[in-house]
Amino acid sequence: MDGDSSIRETDGRQPYAWPDDETLIPDWIYTDRDIYDRELEKIFLGRHWNYVGLDCEVPEPGNYFRSYVGPLPVVVTRDMDGEVHVFENRCAHRGVEFCREYRGSADSFICPYHNWTYDLKGDLTAVPFRRGIKGQGGMPKDFDMAERGLRKFHVATRGGVIFATACDDMESIEEYLGPEICTEFDGTFDGGDMKLLGVHRNILPANWKLYQENLKDPYHATLLHTYLTTFGLFVSSNESNIPTDKYGRHGGLLSRRSDGRPDVSTEDAANMQAFKQTMELNDPRVLDFVREFDSKWSGSVLTIFPTLTALRQTNILNTRLLVPRGPDEFMMIWTVFGRADDDDEMIRHRLRQNNIFGPAGFLGIEDNEALKFLQDGLRKSLPRDGLAMLGEDDEPTDTIITERAIRGMYRYYRDVMEL
Amino acid sequence: MATVMDKNAALRDARLEIEEFNYAYADTLDRFDVDGWVEYFTEDALYHVIARDNEESGLPLGLIYCEGKAMMKDRAYALLNTEMFAPRYLHLSITNTRALQIDGDLIHAVANYTLIETLVEEPSRVQQVGKYRDVFRRTPNGLLLQERKCIYDSVMVDNCLVFPV
Repeated sequence: MDGDSSIRETDGRQPYAWPDDETLIPDWIYTDRDIYDRELEKIFLGRHWNYVGLDCEVPEPGNYFRSYVGPLPVVVTRDMDGEVHVFENRCAHRGVEFCREYRGSADSFICPYHNWTYDLKGDLTAVPFRRGIKGQGGMPKDFDMAERGLRKFHVATRGGVIFATACDDMESIEEYLGPEICTEFDGTFDGGDMKLLGVHRNILPANWKLYQENLKDPYHATLLHTYLTTFGLFVSSNESNIPTDKYGRHGGLLSRRSDGRPDVSTEDAANMQAFKQTMELNDPRVLDFVREFDSKWSGSVLTIFPTLTALRQTNILNTRLLVPRGPDEFMMIWTVFGRADDDDEMIRHRLRQNNIFGPAGFLGIEDNEALKFLQDGLRKSLPRDGLAMLGEDDEPTDTIITERAIRGMYRYYRDVMEL
Repeated sequence: MATVMDKNAALRDARLEIEEFNYAYADTLDRFDVDGWVEYFTEDALYHVIARDNEESGLPLGLIYCEGKAMMKDRAYALLNTEMFAPRYLHLSITNTRALQIDGDLIHAVANYTLIETLVEEPSRVQQVGKYRDVFRRTPNGLLLQERKCIYDSVMVDNCLVFPV
């Protein structure tokens, strides 16, 4: 391999050589600190749009909330002119992570350590004792406040979704998503005003990429999740589609729920341990479907590289931001929303339905547990390659017993990481 | 004067009754008896587990949101029959119980709770710490919960919350 020597191990460990067989995924991308550090440079600060939050989290001028670009803490604000800004949550002076509240409203941010003050755009507006006291001390004469603001990211929004990038000549969100995924993105984020219902946070002791894989993996969806299969939310008998963008970095799991219970063949049912033909709900309202989107798909899971997943399942609407915290751990921020014109009953319907997702949801519990078990396997065992060999790369996109989208993501990952 | 003393005595009696209720409730969950857990509620009860930051920001989203016993039964069925999760021990402690107000058949009360989980070959850890805001109803079958809102300080959930609190 003719790679950058800085990420090779020289102390006798294996070099970072990717297997020739594209159906193999090496363990070290989930566990290695040097790979993790390289992801910051090549991915999160590279040529990508990083999801940071939703417009409806900063509805009014002066609103702000904490978020992340990759692992880097940022603050998302709406200034007094209504413009959204994203800047590093790290004082330009000594590096203090100054914004400590989940969300709030402010006209400026004051670092508590030495009171350096920033406006809602991230510009430095005040430095105490800049001229010293009685002509002594203070900042050098040529200290330029304009050069000492917070590190700012370029910002773009589409359909109420806020993205940030460090790349100075970044393409538009539309170009970044590509036509196949942009169409589905616009299907969920259709420009209607959104209403924030709340935020879940959880720590998941696994590498962040495993979560993107999980939502590009229709194979597990039919096997692990009783709720999806038994109630026909995602099941082999549904009309489905699994598009990716031309690079393979973004993907979708799209499914159209049939009316009533799914018509699953005896053979398929025998393969799906999670399928419970006889299971009935005491309160079937949880599965009620209020038509609200102009889309043929009742379920749409989008994986937008690097760290966004966007879910529309029946009337559940959420985004999930994956925040890496080292190779073995990430934080998830689930932002759950409805529509601005929801009445009280529609809000309660969404709250009832949200029992399916989230860190105590019927699917959320199973996914989080499965990924924890997977990272345990990766961390504790001898190095080896994982298998992702189901399906074909040139198969029709309605094939659901496949790992095509996972292989696609890693083709792109290798390219951008120069591995 | 007598009425104040009567009122205090009534609240004290209610607190003792609620403490016994809560000890039994915690024991039921510690034994994973989620079918039994459902029976601590009235038919139309509201059970809501909500992060403190959501509650204080006026955001209604809960980790768990059950309107009525039927939804709780569905959760109990899933936990006992279909959900995949690691084996664990549960240790739910309910303390600082206070009866705040009695309105006819209803008693408004609060308590602190802590759920410690222990997984196989892992140290015990706090899964949730929070406060119950409760409304109890006095029925011919004793006290039942009309509403239990579990507001948790431990906003950053450690992987997932499997069992109710």
